[in-house]
Amino acid sequence: MEAAGPDVIIANATGCLEVFTTRFPRSSWQVPWIHSLFENPASVASGIEVALKALGREDEAKVIAQAGDGGTADIGMGAFSGMLERGHNILYVCYDNEAYSNTGFQRSGLTPKDALTTTSPAGPTSWGNLTRKKDLPAIVAAHGAAYIATSSVGYPVDITRKVKKALTFTGPKYLQIHCPCVPGWGIESAISVRMARYAINSGLYPIFEMEYGKITKVRKIKKEDLVGVEEYLKPQKRFAHLYKYPGGEEHIKAIQAAADANIEKYGLLAE
Amino acid sequence: MRRILEGSQAVAESVAMCRPKVVCAYPITPQTHIVEGLARLVAEGRLDAQYVLVEAEFSAASVVLGASATGARAYTATSSQGLLLMTEVIFNIAGMRLPVVMTVANRAVSAPINIWNDQQDSMSLRDCGWIQMYAEDIQEACDMHIQAFTIAEELNIPVMVCMDGYILTHAMEPVEVPEQEHVDAYLPPFKPKFYLTPKDPITLGSMAGPDAYMEIRLLLHQSMQRASFTIREEANRFEEAFGRSYGDLLGSYRAEDAELLLVSMGSLLGTMKDAVDELRDGGHPVGIVKVRTVRPFPRTQLHDALADARIVGVIEKDISLGLEGILCSEIRSAFCGAARTPNISSFVVGLGGRDVTVDNIKDIALGLLSDDTCRVEVAGIDHEVLWSAHSEEE
Amino acid sequence: MKPMFGVVVQPGTTRDQKKTGWRIYRPRFKQKDCIGCLDCLRSCPDGAVYQIDKKKFDSDMDACKGCGVCADLCPVDDIDMELEEQQ
Repeated sequence: MEAAGPDVIIANATGCLEVFTTRFPRSSWQVPWIHSLFENPASVASGIEVALKALGREDEAKVIAQAGDGGTADIGMGAFSGMLERGHNILYVCYDNEAYSNTGFQRSGLTPKDALTTTSPAGPTSWGNLTRKKDLPAIVAAHGAAYIATSSVGYPVDITRKVKKALTFTGPKYLQIHCPCVPGWGIESAISVRMARYAINSGLYPIFEMEYGKITKVRKIKKEDLVGVEEYLKPQKRFAHLYKYPGGEEHIKAIQAAADANIEKYGLLAE
Repeated sequence: MRRILEGSQAVAESVAMCRPKVVCAYPITPQTHIVEGLARLVAEGRLDAQYVLVEAEFSAASVVLGASATGARAYTATSSQGLLLMTEVIFNIAGMRLPVVMTVANRAVSAPINIWNDQQDSMSLRDCGWIQMYAEDIQEACDMHIQAFTIAEELNIPVMVCMDGYILTHAMEPVEVPEQEHVDAYLPPFKPKFYLTPKDPITLGSMAGPDAYMEIRLLLHQSMQRASFTIREEANRFEEAFGRSYGDLLGSYRAEDAELLLVSMGSLLGTMKDAVDELRDGGHPVGIVKVRTVRPFPRTQLHDALADARIVGVIEKDISLGLEGILCSEIRSAFCGAARTPNISSFVVGLGGRDVTVDNIKDIALGLLSDDTCRVEVAGIDHEVLWSAHSEEE
Repeated sequence: MKPMFGVVVQPGTTRDQKKTGWRIYRPRFKQKDCIGCLDCLRSCPDGAVYQIDKKKFDSDMDACKGCGVCADLCPVDDIDMELEEQQ
């Protein structure tokens, strides 16, 4: 918000962000802000953008849509795809905490493999979420978005920089921000930011920027910051079953391999 | 100027004269000709609006929601399945008090899949907080749209203009097309009471807990009740400006001294008028009460209009399955606790495009005159089809 | 724009709500070994941490929820989490 400045109009999805900040009759928002439904901030933002154009007010404000991972990758996917395809001048921000957290941490399309959620519980016959995380930035890239970036609450300065940069592009922009959910991930609130950093510094959550379909920048992991995935997995209750049931070590190995593959693919390691 | 136009084209031109700034719709039969007409008007430069092509009705409704909240006059149109897909947004637009206008080209609801006309789609959404008006003919549909924008913007309640699919959308009729300057004089540019702008930031769509939700819903309910006055005023103002009147919330036809009053809405009224003319010629005291506005429901007016009749037959193209025709139930509620109540019967006709003829209406009327027992009938059934569709013994 | 229909809400009106009651622990900024890295300030989820001097920070107790992120991140262990005094 600080990065975008006061001349914005925000379309928000249903979620913790809306519930916590706008309980009637109060509001935390000092910029024009609208919440309609869970699955339509992309379409509402589209309506705002075309209305500004139609009224000759397009210089008045930048339009930002905000939603969670479920609202973006699952239930709002059609609306989101439509917004991208139509080429609206909108920055879409997805807060990715890897589950439907507002309703009590159920599985979403962005829940990583082997993570336990309330609808993908782990037990002797299940390793939690059985499917891999949907590669949303790649899907957005396939729409021909002007600017795509991933970021994390682990590095707020990175978010600020990317919001500022995104807003210099005309057309649809996408920013996916990795955000730990304290109760959902089963961690102490104090270590939430550290966990977000481990996700990056293990290679599990690559931080990069794409302009017109090409990766232009990645956040390098400094040698001294590099951690194994276990540093990230172990403190989280959503991965506790990997340490409880026999065969868990194979799954941890596979997760490590996925992290290593990311490091290789995006060239994440600093020289 | 009087021109022969297809209903959809006439509506598209009327909507364009209202100068919406954002038009957004997803195509669905039988609404398509309206939105195609508007797209053409935009392409030809005759309508200065943003026309947004969306991937579903859900987004069409969401786009007009966002546009209206930003201060633009916004219009959409849909039908049947499209309206049902929009449902969540429809409730939201009303709850957020956004003065959107939408055309519903009335069509049957699946299953079985059927693209022909009845009014099940919009009648199923009567509790969504939109004003719902039903047009009898193409001219009324055109004029109703012009009134709809003034009503919506005056009250900050969205308006649904319902017109029968095919029967009105695809028919050719001579239509009086108003001059743009007259429409401009009647409907001034949209001055939103609130809108999203960084110059004066507001929060829209906040959460309301158990401590405030009911009060906010009550405000909408009260505004909806007050809408009766606005609708009447606009009907009068429209008549003064254009010289055409269709009644306000109700209309009537040869209702004076009628022993039997038939009630309906939409294009069925045309057929019913012919039937009533023939019945009157035969000495039968039959008249018609036309329901123009289903929400707000003109309960008192309906009571007063029907109270002196011995028999009331509500003929409608929708059904609350397991009960009766929806409008009929609501009309019964107008007589709750009344000193005198006519015998009210429900007739469900014309579902899924089944033709309703003058003879069908006459049969209903003559049947009621000879036996006024209150009843619920699904009329015009082909028993051969019924038997062949369900041959197995239970 | 004024409040209208129960749907138009005034901006920035949550400020007058204090979050003091949420806390179990409260941060104590020792202001001793601080190196001015700004991690506490930037990572505070509630924007409660404020800067007094180049190497001197504190937290606004009307906004702090006592989550402990600042103390966890502090590279020089200059923030302690202490049990909130029972009211």
